[in-house]
This record gives sequence, C-alpha cells and structure tokens, in this order.
Amino acid sequence: MAKEYETVIGLEVHVELATKTKIFCGCSTAFGGAPNTHTCPVCTGMPGSLPVLNRQVVEYAMKVGLATNCHITQYCKFDRKNYFYPDNPQNYQISQLYLPICRDGWVEIEVPGEGGADLPGAGQGAGYTKKVGIHEIHMEEDAGKLIHDEWEGCSLVDYNRSGVPLIEIVSEPDMRSAQEVIAYLEKLRCTIQYLGASDCKLQEGSMRADVNLSVREAGTEGFGTRTEMKNLNSFRAIARAIEGERARQIDLLESGEKVVQETRRWDDAKETSYAMRSKEDAQDYRYFPDPDLVPVSISDEWLEKVREELPEFREEKRKRYRESFDLPDYDIDIITDSKHMADLFEETVALGAQPKKVSNWLMVETLRILKEREMDAEDISFSPGHLAALIELTEKKVINSTVAKEVFEAMFDRDVDPAAYVEEKGLKTVNDEGALRKTVEEVIAANPQSVEDYRNGKEKAIGFLVGQTMKAMQGKADPAGVNRLLKELLG
Amino acid sequence: MEILDHTAVELSEKIKRGEIRAAEAVEAVFARIDETEEQLHCYVTLEREKALERAASVQAKIDAGELDGPLAGVPFAVKDNLCTRGTLTTCSSRILENFVPTFSAEAVERLEAAGAVIIGKTNMDEFAMGSTTETSYFGVTRNPRNTDHVPGGSSGGSAAAVAAGECFAALGSDTGGSIRQPASYCGVVGMKPTYGTVSRYGLIAYGSSLDQIGPLTKDVRDCAAVLEAIASHDPKDSTSMKREDTDFTSALAEDVQGMRIGVPRDYFGEGLQPEVRDAVLAAAETLRDRGAVVEEFDLSLVEYAVPTYYTIAAAEASSNLERFDGIKYGYRAAGAQSLHPMYKKTRSEGFGAEVKRRIMLGSFVLSSGYYDAYYLKALRVKALIKKAFDEAFAKYDLILGPVAPSTAPKLGESLSDPIKMYLGDIYTISVNLAGLPAISLPCGTDKEGLPVGLQLIGDCFQEKKLIRAAYTYEQGVK
Repeated sequence: MAKEYETVIGLEVHVELATKTKIFCGCSTAFGGAPNTHTCPVCTGMPGSLPVLNRQVVEYAMKVGLATNCHITQYCKFDRKNYFYPDNPQNYQISQLYLPICRDGWVEIEVPGEGGADLPGAGQGAGYTKKVGIHEIHMEEDAGKLIHDEWEGCSLVDYNRSGVPLIEIVSEPDMRSAQEVIAYLEKLRCTIQYLGASDCKLQEGSMRADVNLSVREAGTEGFGTRTEMKNLNSFRAIARAIEGERARQIDLLESGEKVVQETRRWDDAKETSYAMRSKEDAQDYRYFPDPDLVPVSISDEWLEKVREELPEFREEKRKRYRESFDLPDYDIDIITDSKHMADLFEETVALGAQPKKVSNWLMVETLRILKEREMDAEDISFSPGHLAALIELTEKKVINSTVAKEVFEAMFDRDVDPAAYVEEKGLKTVNDEGALRKTVEEVIAANPQSVEDYRNGKEKAIGFLVGQTMKAMQGKADPAGVNRLLKELLG
Repeated sequence: MEILDHTAVELSEKIKRGEIRAAEAVEAVFARIDETEEQLHCYVTLEREKALERAASVQAKIDAGELDGPLAGVPFAVKDNLCTRGTLTTCSSRILENFVPTFSAEAVERLEAAGAVIIGKTNMDEFAMGSTTETSYFGVTRNPRNTDHVPGGSSGGSAAAVAAGECFAALGSDTGGSIRQPASYCGVVGMKPTYGTVSRYGLIAYGSSLDQIGPLTKDVRDCAAVLEAIASHDPKDSTSMKREDTDFTSALAEDVQGMRIGVPRDYFGEGLQPEVRDAVLAAAETLRDRGAVVEEFDLSLVEYAVPTYYTIAAAEASSNLERFDGIKYGYRAAGAQSLHPMYKKTRSEGFGAEVKRRIMLGSFVLSSGYYDAYYLKALRVKALIKKAFDEAFAKYDLILGPVAPSTAPKLGESLSDPIKMYLGDIYTISVNLAGLPAISLPCGTDKEGLPVGLQLIGDCFQEKKLIRAAYTYEQGVK
C-alpha cells in the first residue's frame, strides 16, 4: 500500500522596501535607470567609502515586524556576509545574522477551499484559517545585476540595484501545501502594501520567495531532509515548483534513495528543477558584526510612534465595511485586497457617492481594464473626486451608461474631469423629446421587418430597434427612454 | 634660519606675514627631496607641479585674507591609504598600483580647507600591515636618522618625510601603533586620536574598528594644530563622534602641576631595550620635576593585547580587503579564463606575503566552528582591556610608557620573524583596542643615536591632557 506523505514548507521571502534612497547611501532606488547611473562610491564598493544607515529602512522593517506580531529587537546589529561575486561590489553583503530586527511573529492565513481538497493540509473543500510562524525578519542590501553578453562574450555589471534595501522574512516550517504557501504570500503582500513598505511585485522582483521543502510520512513528527528552491517569479511558478519538488522527493524516498540537502533552481518553462549546490559545497560566509556601522538602538518612544502609525489592516477594514456598507462579501474582499483601492473607495464614498455604485465601477470596469492591461490595483491613478463626478453624471442621466464607460476609460487613462470631458466631446444625452421622437419614427419606418416581428410578439425585436435608435443618436440618448418611446409608438 | 628648519606653525606664520611665499616653501621641500628622496624613498607619488599650483591658490587666499589658520600654506605629505581625488592612491600595494580615487578622504578635505599644500603620497607597509614599511610593493623606506635602519611602520613614509624635511607635517593612520611607532623610530611627534575623532571616510580600511587617522609632526604644537584641523563630526562615517572640544591648540600650556601620571610596571618588563627604559623613565622624572604626580601601577592584561589585536584586526582586514578582486578597479591578472581563476590569480599576484598572511589568519578566525573560539573571545578580551584602562584612568590622568620595546631595527631584520615583529606592537595596540588617544614624542636616543619614543596615553577624549603634558615635557627638555 502506498504511503501517505505530508509536505513541510518554510519560506524565505525577500521584499524590496519602498524607500526613495538606498540603505547605506543617498542614491536613488528608482527602477530602470541607465546602467550605473544610480551609483556612488558607497554602493559600488570604492575603497575608503563607508555605509550610513537609512533610518527609513529600520522604520519599514519595524512596521512589517509589528504587523506580523513580531518581537522587535530594540538593540540590533548589522553583520557582514562574505562571498565573492561580481554583483556584490564589496564582496560582502551587509545583512543581519546575530541580532535581526524582528523575531518570533506570526500571521493568520486564509486558505480557500475550492480545488484544495486533493492536496495535503487542505480541508475537505472548505476554506480554513491557520497561523504561520515568522522566525525572523532581517534587513539587508540588495546586490547589483549581472548582464551576460553572449555576443561580445563578456559580462557586465549594473550597480543601480546594489544597496537597494531589502527585508528577508523567514517563516517557520508551518505550511503544508501550495495553497497555504500562496495564502501566506498573499497575506504578506497585502500587509506590506497596506504599510506602504513595498509594492511587492513578484514579476519585477520587488518580492522574491525561496521555498524550503521536505516531505515526511503522514503522522510522523521529525522533519525530512529539505531542499531550497530558488527562481520562483510568480504564484503559479511557486505552486508548480512545490508540486514538482514534493513529487520528486516522494519518488526518491519510494525508490529507496535519499533526499540530498541542496539548493535547486526552478525552471518554470520546463517545469523542472536542477541542483545548484549541495550542502557540502555550501559557502562559509564568515559572518561577523560590521565594524563600519554602529548598533541600531530603537527607543521605546520610536517603537510606540511607529506602532501608532500602523494603518487599519485588511481584516479590520473588512469588518468595518460589512458593518457600514451594504456590499456583497465578494466586493469587500476585492476592494480591501488593495489598500490603494480601499482608499479610493472610501474617499469616493465620502464625497457622497453611493457605496454600491462605487463598488460596481471598481468591480466591473476597473478590474476589466486592469486585467486587459496586466496592471495592479496599485497602478490606478484616477482620483476619487472624478469617480464621484462620473457617478453623479449617470445618476442625473446627463450621460447614459454606454457613454459613461467611454468617459471612464478616458478617466482611467488620464484622470480627466468627467464633466469637462462630456462637455468638450458633446456626449450629453439628448433630452429633446421632439428630436428623439423624430429619430424613433425614422427608425420604425426604416425597419419594417423588425416592427412586424415585434408586433407578432417577438419581444426581442425591440432591442434591435433601440440599438438602431441609439446608433442614430450617436449614443447620446437614454436607452430606457428610447425603449419607452418605441413601445408607445408601436403601441 | 633656513625655511626647512621651521615647524609647520612657524612656517605658516612667516607665510601669513609675507616673509616666505607658499611656493618658496614647496620649492624648499622639493629641493630637499631632490637631495634625499632617492636614498630614503619616503614617497610613492610626488606631485611637484600640482603642489606649486595648490601653493599659488593657497597664497592667493592668504593674500586675500581668506585663509589665516595655523597651517595655511604649509607643505604636507599624506599616507598613501588616504584617498586623494585625482591622485594615485595605492596603499603601497600592487593590487591598487593604478587606482585613482574619485573623491578625497574627509581628513584630506579638512586639511586642504585649512590651507595645507599636499605635495605627495607617502610610502607605507602594504595596506598598513607591518611595522617597518618593508612590506611596501614599491620598496622600503629608510630611516633618515640612520639609513641602515627602518623608519618603522606602517606610516614609515610619513614619519621619515617629516624627519627628513621632505615635508613639514604629514598624515598617517594608526591601527595598532602605525603612527606612534614610526614617529618614535624617526624622532618626530605622532598622535593617534580617540576612535571617532577623525572621520575614516576615504581611509582605505585595514581594521575598521581600530583605524584612526592622525598627525605626524615636528613638534607638539604642530601636532595640536593638525589634529584641530582634521577632527570633525562627519555624517559619512557612522563611527564619527560629535565633539565640542576640538580646539586642541588651546591645550598648549606648560602645566602639569598635580597631574596624576601612572607608569605601568607591565610596560617595563622583559624584552625592553635598557636604553629605551632609561630614556622613558627619565622623561617621567622630568614630568615629576615639573609638578606631576608620577607613580607605578599594574595595568594587567598586557600580554593578551597582541593576540587579541591580531585576531580582530586580521578578521576585519580579511573582509575589508575582499573588494580588491580585479573586477572594478586596480590590478587584474592576465590570462585567467573564468571568474574564480581570475579572482585567485589577481589576488595571488596583487597582494604581498604579509597581507596574505593576515587575510588567511582573519578568514580562519571568522570561519564557521572557530568564530566563537577566536573572534568572539577576542572581542571579550578587548572589552576587558578597555575595563582595565577604565580602572587605571579612575586613578590617573595619563599613562606613561615606551612606544616600542626597542629603537628602529636594521632593514631586513624583522620580516623573517613575524611573531617577533607582532610582539613589537605590545605597548601600542592596546590603545587601539580600547579606542584611546595616545601621543608619541622623542625622549632621547640610544647609544647609536637612534631616537627613543615616549608614549603618553589618555582616557577617551582627553587629547588636551596629552597635548598639555607632551608640550610641557618638550619645552622642559628643549
């Protein structure tokens, strides 16, 4: 009989912090500058240069720690991790080993039920929540980027990313399935975005996850030998890598072989992984406290100030929305998934718009455009005032819903003022009863077949006639009014 | 009186009074360099033309009344581990043989702002690792007092240049005695300030937690003036201190009345050259005669200073020197076909034997399984050494002793026995481990005429006491 296996997963998540300047110098952290333009003697490791800690990095790390129920190390230090590689200009990375800024926290994750029943750890199709422990969070600097030029046969290095601040969030081995891992990452992403500490984009590398995974026979207590999987650039890749690695390890055990402790690189195109280095050739990083930096002393006052600045997080927001707005849970979940969208929603409602109407614009048109253009909610740039104005224009039937969608798209693109846009483009609904009646009469005269169909009881035929009228009116009519008028004239 | 006979402060006075032009001082120094440099080899780089240009611009500022400080117009030398914008900075190492920094060290900026005219970069032990200036890739420096002898190190080029009149004053760096010991061997004044007093920004690091920049000068007055010019709180250096008491020249007073001076018995034990002992004890008597209360005491832990120092300094050096890899600047070995062979070949060819020895030692004490036994233990001993000094300074204003166990050894005698060379640092390195200020000043000669150095050690931030005592001694024996 086949044995039952349990998957044990712990995550190391790197998050690029949203500071304007780097962790140890004043260079810009902006993404996408020409190579080596956001650099100085410090982040290129010039002899004689010295690091000076960016206070904002500490503050962001504290916020993430507090939001994940960590103990904040009020006397913490930076250590050097020594290894030779050209993307690392000093050949040591400034990180934290001995006294990381945050320790011993946890987050509660919500694991959706559907489709999860066939996986270990998932409930029988039902969703569930569980706590995942945070072992520690530490601050460190990012490395530069190597570009291998096959054509010239050389490698080039760009130090723009060198010294960009990172936090590494190390979980306990508390996850048991890909679903739990995704739920954990979603939870971190949402929390950190709410804090404004990072945009957490996996594809752009501002959030990176390494997966430590082992398997063990169901019901046993000890851990199996684990592997570490790198190069996971999307939630999909993470889920597939977990499934793949679980299967690979079980195959090894079933065939009487041993799992080797090693670092593996996931190739998402081939849906397979290969070993990068084993534990035997693991480097000795010779960590020691960086003598160029003084210990970070976090006063009680500073800690309290940061604690007080924490925003209302998603769970509290959801609860409040349920109590204050008459909205479906589905809408609430989507709106509160992004603090940016939630802020937009709340500010629009505060301007007098009806919550469900605001939600509808977010749920339908906004999500459609975001999806089409592969954008995130964080990228929404139209203002709450303009959304409120658009809703008012439709409420007052100044424009019809079709025109409203056109106006919305312009607003989404360029944050145009809807009223001014409607005026400028002449998109107001024609409320001139005489002109409308004349057009409807012309449409009836031009479409005898549809008229006949309608009179013979084909209700649907009226839709065609409404459409023709709207077309003749260049969309600037109220479709309900047209419908009413048609029925009246066709009597 | 010849131009070169003046001290830095005296020269600047004359320049400000219009009696000597800044350019004349530069010319005088280069005339001396033309005579003696071939034999002494104090410099790695000399910039005659640039120095004359700098002198002209400084002179213009002096004439316009914009510069009136005590160092305006004075020709200076700078140790070659201090970055100088646009000027070769090698650390006397092959691996930086072609390195031209894009910025100047904060201390150099401060010195230039005070009107100093930098004429060149002085030779040193490679990456400041050595006690004789014999580990320089560019060849040894000789002691101007007796050219068969070493000038000491690692700031040997700076000390020799000051002693030989090849400059009026110089900057050095001191990680375990590298200013004080060559000052002692060459018969000049050298001072290591309290850790954090002079910004380390632009100092190419050896042991970051121990390194301090300081002056090498002809006398105590010059020393105070240079320290006053280079001390600063620098936001670019996280270990830099905010101090309100950097008006060091205000301490130039002949007054040690009632000053309590402790003489550690531990500093006068085995291995001390008798002539050094006698000269130093005579200096203590001079200070007693001037009203100081001098008494012997037991400092303790002295024998642990050398191993503690070589563990910590080597550990930090092994990491600090990792950036020299042939990728970004400096020497790159030819012929390697891939990355790791390139690293190995570059570093094997680029570093000298003593640097490699310390990198290996440092890598070892930091390696997994040994970190606790060596590095952490050394940090604990360092804390105990600091505590021993704290206890001493509860009783004494200053500690007095020798700088080095002997006068300058002959060239070629030291490198064959590194342990012996390391033990020669016994009186200087605990000062760095404890972050204290200390001054080295001449207190006589041995029977061969080689200078003996007197070391005065102060508690943290007590440079003024050091200056006062050193100045009193110097005036007393004039």
